[in-house]
Amino acid sequence: MSDTVNETPAQVDLSRPTGKRQMVDNLIRGLVWIAAAVAIVPLFWILGTVVAKGAPLLFTAEPDYTRICAVEAKAPTKEFLDYKRVAASECDKDDTDNAKNIWLSGGKYPGVNEFVAYRPVTPLTKDPNAAASGGGIVIKGREPQAQKQSVVGIPSSDKAGTVRTASADWWTKDQSATDLREVGGGALHSIIGTLELGLITSLIAVPLGILGAIYLVEYARGKGFSKVVSFMVDILTGVPSIVAALFIYAVAITILGGTRSTMASALALVLLMLPTVLRSTEEMLKLVPDSLREASYALGVPKWKTIMNVVLPTARKGILTGIVLGMARVMGETAPLIILLNYGPRLEWNPTSNNMGSLPTQIMGATEVAANYPGAERGWGAALTLILIVMGLNLIARTVGRSKKSR
Amino acid sequence: MAKRIEAKDLNIFYGNYHAVQNVNLTVEPRSVTAFIGPSGCGKSTVLRTLNRMHEVIPGAYCTGEVNLDGVNLYGKGVDPVAVRRNVGMVFQRPNPFPSMSIYDNVVAGLRLNGVSNKKTLDEAVERSLQGANLWNEVKDRLGKPGVGLSGGQQQRLCIARAIAVAPDVLLMDEPCSALDPISTLAIEDLIQELKDQFTVVIVTHNMQQAARVSDQTAFFNLAAQGQPGELVEMGATEKMFSNPEKKATEDYITGRFG
Amino acid sequence: MTNTEPKTTEAPIDVPAGADTDPTVSPVSEKAAGGSAVATATETTPPLRVTKVAMREPSKAPDKIFSGATLATGIFLVALIGAIFLFLLLTAVGPLSRNEVNFLTSTEWTVTDKRLAFGIAGMLWTTVVSSIIAMCLAVPVAIGVALLITHYSTPAIGRTVGFLVDLLAAVPSVVYGMWGVRVFAPVIQPFSDAVAGSWLGKIPLLAPGLQSSGTVFAAALVLAIMILPIVTALSRDVFEQTPRDHIEAAWALGATKWEMIKTAVLPYGRSGVIAASMLGLGRALGETIAVMLILSTVRKFDWSIFSGGETFASKIATNAGELDSPTKTGAYIAAGLVLFLLTFAVNAIARVVAAGGKAKA
Repeated sequence: MSDTVNETPAQVDLSRPTGKRQMVDNLIRGLVWIAAAVAIVPLFWILGTVVAKGAPLLFTAEPDYTRICAVEAKAPTKEFLDYKRVAASECDKDDTDNAKNIWLSGGKYPGVNEFVAYRPVTPLTKDPNAAASGGGIVIKGREPQAQKQSVVGIPSSDKAGTVRTASADWWTKDQSATDLREVGGGALHSIIGTLELGLITSLIAVPLGILGAIYLVEYARGKGFSKVVSFMVDILTGVPSIVAALFIYAVAITILGGTRSTMASALALVLLMLPTVLRSTEEMLKLVPDSLREASYALGVPKWKTIMNVVLPTARKGILTGIVLGMARVMGETAPLIILLNYGPRLEWNPTSNNMGSLPTQIMGATEVAANYPGAERGWGAALTLILIVMGLNLIARTVGRSKKSR
Repeated sequence: MAKRIEAKDLNIFYGNYHAVQNVNLTVEPRSVTAFIGPSGCGKSTVLRTLNRMHEVIPGAYCTGEVNLDGVNLYGKGVDPVAVRRNVGMVFQRPNPFPSMSIYDNVVAGLRLNGVSNKKTLDEAVERSLQGANLWNEVKDRLGKPGVGLSGGQQQRLCIARAIAVAPDVLLMDEPCSALDPISTLAIEDLIQELKDQFTVVIVTHNMQQAARVSDQTAFFNLAAQGQPGELVEMGATEKMFSNPEKKATEDYITGRFG
Repeated sequence: MTNTEPKTTEAPIDVPAGADTDPTVSPVSEKAAGGSAVATATETTPPLRVTKVAMREPSKAPDKIFSGATLATGIFLVALIGAIFLFLLLTAVGPLSRNEVNFLTSTEWTVTDKRLAFGIAGMLWTTVVSSIIAMCLAVPVAIGVALLITHYSTPAIGRTVGFLVDLLAAVPSVVYGMWGVRVFAPVIQPFSDAVAGSWLGKIPLLAPGLQSSGTVFAAALVLAIMILPIVTALSRDVFEQTPRDHIEAAWALGATKWEMIKTAVLPYGRSGVIAASMLGLGRALGETIAVMLILSTVRKFDWSIFSGGETFASKIATNAGELDSPTKTGAYIAAGLVLFLLTFAVNAIARVVAAGGKAKA
């Protein structure tokens, strides 16, 4: 609106307002869009990193050889020429003409400054010394014959030094034969462990949550005790995962003398999943109109049958959504696993055993080694797998929640 | 199968609030009785005591007797759930169970009370739906959801559901007030047929409907402002509408109040 | 409810036999439809004979069992919370009584057989500072995003942005931790080094730390990203519920969009946003694994946010292997209890504020 409205009989000014007010308005508008960008950029950053680093692991496998950059070093013995591993950046420098890329068979991944005993190996099928392949390496001080024997072939298509082949190992193998410095193996133990954990937790938390919600809505609505129960559930919602884990530790292990196991972790996770399931079931039950309950009573149906056969089926969709969302949240929890479960690289089905793999603890293990180790890279694969599971569950929840009501 | 139902010295309370006082009435078998009266005078409340639905509300209770062919429904040791198997109810808004198909809705009462023989259920479905004048419209889609029908059809489905358990008395709480005129007419015709087999008590705020449909009419009203409701007069419908005995009845019928 | 039957008359329509019978819902229906060939009803009524079907007398037992089971669950829940509190207290009380330093003010943490001296001051500081920084960073961004979704963008863009921000909540915290320590913290490091090295570094809070990686600052930033979805979602809900008439009154006065938001949306949503912020704060306080992976532990306590540290949760988790004796367990549980109280207080404030806001509106 124009600021000159008091002037008689001026033209009505319908132009956009200018000046300070408009500037502020535009500024805020800009800030709001910037806020959205600030919020979304991390999402793409995280997901992008996880996908870029983790996706290759999910459906390809690294070949069974590794490229390192090494310089000649004092040889302890005459049969083998020893090389000292140097940082990859040395290989790229022009003035360090001693530093060479060397390929080792067997997938071993030695650390920087570590001595590498270079063993003769059988050449691969592709001609290792063909100039066009760009892979032939001259190793100083060796007989030409031995050189040919010593070099591992690099397929010509490879620029970066490793070539991946399609493989489902990630999904079918565990890490019992591989350590953090080796390539190979898969994440089957972690995947099974996480799924088993989620399943056991749900089997306990879901009936308890639904029964509790039925109690609050169908039997105790308005009564004093229901307020107490509701308050307690609120408290449980706010318990940090580490405190829940400590409680289970205190009870199950310190006092009762049990051991760390998947079962123990599941109990802690139950404490975290239970309030979610209970609250969402409660909301869904409240949405069922009383007229349906009345119709059932009027047919001479007792209360418990009314709840089981009329009320619960009507609220079924929403309850399912709540359960799936609770599962998604719980599968990503790590703190209870740290306290109550030891990570084991072997595929293990028994939930009472001491060691079991799980995706979150595998990821944690991956952060404890240097970033270029295969174990660390497997951490990104595990992260991607975990995100896929969690987001998959979220998607299921959304779909179930939105499907047509009439069916 | 249709039985006589009567109320003796019935007083109805919501907690401390005395809602209806001193109701004495008799409903003959195989007849249609209409409860009429202004809003808030207690006719629905009285209806709900006849099948012990009133006490589902927390704190609600009543004193007196309700006799079904001489058996007191409020006697010692009587199970309210059992009462409701013998006295059925149809509600104001159609409320088919959304998680069930048409077939499942009709037999819900039977199934939940332990009947599982498929042949029995099939026969019950057909008879009840025929009894509710709905069979021809839905016989080829019994598996479809119950909530997929129009309002009038849903209400007839609810009636089928109520009569499938073959109650002795059928209570109807303003069954047409949520329906359009044509569906209303269909249900009124249906009520005329139902009275061959059932005792029907219907609450309605529509006097013309009461006049059309019922054999006996009971007029309820508040005793005075702020007082409990009570049964003012009950008698043959023709007489109630042409020559009632109490002045209050006449005032209501002729529209001077209510 | 879906209405597949548009007609309002009661004349029976000619439905082709077996047409829409749904085979999946009720297998008996086809039987029923096929077995009733005798029904030749038209509008005029067939004599209906609804006969009484023998029904089982239900026993009273299931009703009692069922209601008993639900009541038992309710009692169990109450007992559970009490038990949690009780057990934690019992395990902690022993070590607490033998503590050689003041539990609340000491920054030392020695839990060995020779010496039992543990104090939470350091953890308290790190926890609170990192969470508050996270909240201060996340809340303005969340408000901005919430305003965008509800008022500044088209519904389609709003839905997309909302969906993307919700995705942030689906990322597990361990992934945040790994990304934080491997990717994000190194990127932040030059910036925090610059600030610590400048004149701002004279302030104890911003002084350079012993190590410049794994700082409280980096952890706080990641925490901010983690709590952003919660605060945004709740703020969004509350902004959406602003009464239409307040908004239109502002428009009618010739306000610019920002002025309308300032006068109608924000005041109405204030309590909701505060409650949302409190919930986000609670989440940040209790976050364990992301912080644990990012923060580098320090030997000696340091005030600065550009140095490492430990929060309650991260310290407990890091030392999970040391819970082998009741004494050690008790000390860590004591710390856990303080954390529980903190988060409980914050969540309670959030609830009270939200309820107060609802009552006002």
